Amino acid sequence: MDGLRRHKGMFLLPGLLTLFLIIIFPLLFTIRVSFSGWNVSNPRMDFIGGANYTAMLHDSRFWASITRLILLAGGTVLIQYIIGFGMALLVWREVRGRRFWRVLFLVPMMTTPVVMAAIWQTIFHESLGPVNDLLGMVGLTNVPWLTESGPALVALMTVEVWQWTPFMFLLLLAGLLSLPREPFMAAAIDGAGTWRTFRKVTFPLMAPVSVAAVVIRLIEASKLSDSVYVLTSGGPGSSTETPGYYLYIQGLRDQQTGYSGAMSLAYLVLMIVTLTVVAALLTRAFKLKGAS
Amino acid sequence: MRSRPYTRVVAVAAVAALTATACTAQSEAQHKSKQKAALFKPGSEISYQKYGKSYPATKVKDGPGPCSYESISRKDYSGQTLKIISHAVPVIGEPTQLHAKQFEEITGGKVEVVNVPFGELHQKILTPLQAGQPAYDVMFYPSLWIGDMAPYLAPVPEEYLNTPGMRDVTQSYMDVATWDGKVVQYPVDGDRHYLKVRTDVLKDPKWQAEYKRATGKDLKVPTTWAEYQETAEVFSGKDFDGDGKKNYGSAEVTKRDDLTFSAFISRAAPYVKNPKVKGGVFFDAETMKPLINTPGFVRALEDMVKAKSTWAPGGANFGLGDEIFSFGGGQTLMSYSWDDAFIQAQQPDSKIRNTVQAAPLPGSSEVYNRTTKAWDKKANQAAYFTWGWTSAVAKASSHQEMAFDYLCFFGNEANTALDLTIGRFGVNPYRMSHFDPAFWEKQGWDKDVAEAYVKTLSGMEENPNRVFDLRVPGVNQYMSALANGVAAALAGQESPQRALDGVAGEWAEITDQIGKDKVRSAYRNVVALEDKS
Repeated sequence: MDGLRRHKGMFLLPGLLTLFLIIIFPLLFTIRVSFSGWNVSNPRMDFIGGANYTAMLHDSRFWASITRLILLAGGTVLIQYIIGFGMALLVWREVRGRRFWRVLFLVPMMTTPVVMAAIWQTIFHESLGPVNDLLGMVGLTNVPWLTESGPALVALMTVEVWQWTPFMFLLLLAGLLSLPREPFMAAAIDGAGTWRTFRKVTFPLMAPVSVAAVVIRLIEASKLSDSVYVLTSGGPGSSTETPGYYLYIQGLRDQQTGYSGAMSLAYLVLMIVTLTVVAALLTRAFKLKGAS
Repeated sequence: MRSRPYTRVVAVAAVAALTATACTAQSEAQHKSKQKAALFKPGSEISYQKYGKSYPATKVKDGPGPCSYESISRKDYSGQTLKIISHAVPVIGEPTQLHAKQFEEITGGKVEVVNVPFGELHQKILTPLQAGQPAYDVMFYPSLWIGDMAPYLAPVPEEYLNTPGMRDVTQSYMDVATWDGKVVQYPVDGDRHYLKVRTDVLKDPKWQAEYKRATGKDLKVPTTWAEYQETAEVFSGKDFDGDGKKNYGSAEVTKRDDLTFSAFISRAAPYVKNPKVKGGVFFDAETMKPLINTPGFVRALEDMVKAKSTWAPGGANFGLGDEIFSFGGGQTLMSYSWDDAFIQAQQPDSKIRNTVQAAPLPGSSEVYNRTTKAWDKKANQAAYFTWGWTSAVAKASSHQEMAFDYLCFFGNEANTALDLTIGRFGVNPYRMSHFDPAFWEKQGWDKDVAEAYVKTLSGMEENPNRVFDLRVPGVNQYMSALANGVAAALAGQESPQRALDGVAGEWAEITDQIGKDKVRSAYRNVVALEDKS
């Protein structure tokens, strides 16, 4: 029995070792780095206690970026969910050119975020971009898309929604296609209309997939930084700066390795806690909705 | 019986250790070149045309000296590999690649070039240097990083300092390449900020009359920031080139993390660089108290905020590329930054070719005196030497001869003459011989355009009131904090005074973190450059 267990252990060893090298070691290393004063002119793994964490607590720029991210991620994922669900419902049943639409809807997701952000930057360009041209044609004034806080956030959210709605669509369509037919047949026999069938059957049955899709997108959205880098560089001022972008500035550009290590760990813990709570709340909300 | 395997293990370990030591010693030894027959005759015609259609057909003669095609082609580096890190293509990255290919062809050595985006360049260069790993033999980077890089760089050997090309480098750029009395950077570019204006508008009687009507003054190239603002305001929103589209007054680099700090320092230079006051403009060199929130800097930021009304739509988010194409493309009347926008305007297919003029940065009618804490009421102008690509060889490199030969070849007279004419390369005048109007006239520039350009650039060399970048360890952090403060004021999130107070606070923290003595010692190098002027 012991020999069998040892052999099983031997088979598991490569996987465990890989797991350790890929996940555990970098995590442990980051924890160690976060307690050091490693920076551009002091590249040493010294020990400075919790000084980086104390500095982070007083870093208003970091906390402002977290608040901004909650708005950006929450807002964009909600919009992506609504549009994605709508698109999935459209191509779920038999429609002409269903395959074509399905592929077309996936195109934005398959493009490179940085390249698309650069293209969107041109689209939103205030004097050369087509968006202001179109607004001008219908008699509206030019919008300072990338140079005023409000419009810059709208521009950033637009790019995110455009790029990632297809992902939501894909997950929700897969969920719809896997639904059993019986509840829909029962609803039809009972004379339920389209809206009632959706509210009482489709939506509750889609709850697990919906929660998973929203949480996966929230996890991805919480890392938002590439579009910010290309579109606005966090500006105007710091009105579109996200934690991911701020970490990039601190860690890679300014080489505050110790401090950025502390921030990234705090950010990781914050995201795990927040997303766990969000997932639990969503599950509960969908269950209640289904039960009512 | 038990001791025998133990002895064997010790013996194996000893052999391994000796082998490792021998190998290490070999890798640390300097690889030398061999000699071979020259592939070029002295004074051969050099052209880049065979490397593709994107290069001009211009031909120049190979110059004399040890960096020439003729001399370098005598070296045989076969079997050796040079590793180079440079910026992404095209700016400095493309000439790095092109000259690497040529160097391979004429020396038989192998040259591996790694091009990285700007955001990663500092870390990719510095981290291996700090770890003592000679990841790259040659590095191309902005010259203001010298404070971070200097401890890891090999001083330029005497024989390269005595080449004709190096002796021709202007004093300013030799100073930029020098750290604690040693030349540790190999000059390959000269960068400075200056003013660019559209002369077709300034010389047009119709617009002269319009300006006179609006301001009561004669229209001319602005010599102060107040005049710059006045001129920009009058012309902003008008179709001054008659193409049916609105034009604007000023294009400036304003995107937060895209060199905004340089634009701001250009605007601040005449307000803060008082020729009567020695000791630097960024810090009090004794106490290392930041001066970034003193009245001169605050006035400059107030000016910059006011200038927003003269920018093109989107002008508050202009990166360097936007500024280049806004002025170079004819959208704006004026602009100030590096050569690129001017060179863009002077491209053969430009609609504003030969209707532009270079001029010194605008000055001010008064300058702040930080010793008396009052404004000195006198006209002031300051030259600002900012940025500039440079190159260096790692102290830990085992291919130093090959590395310096590559740099020497990169910057030889023939290559530099051709590189200067290719705007996208990012190579700008840095030798006395580059200040020859005839050279620029040969490129199709009008005589007055070439003369004004050369006079502006060479005039900066003679200007006794000069500002240099903050060339200290952690310069990226300082400039990042400054850009953030400037951006906050431009976005209206904070008043200029409050924004710069915040920057001063951050600068004090950065100085404490890096070490006051370390920053002071480096800053004295900057002060020495400015006070020597």
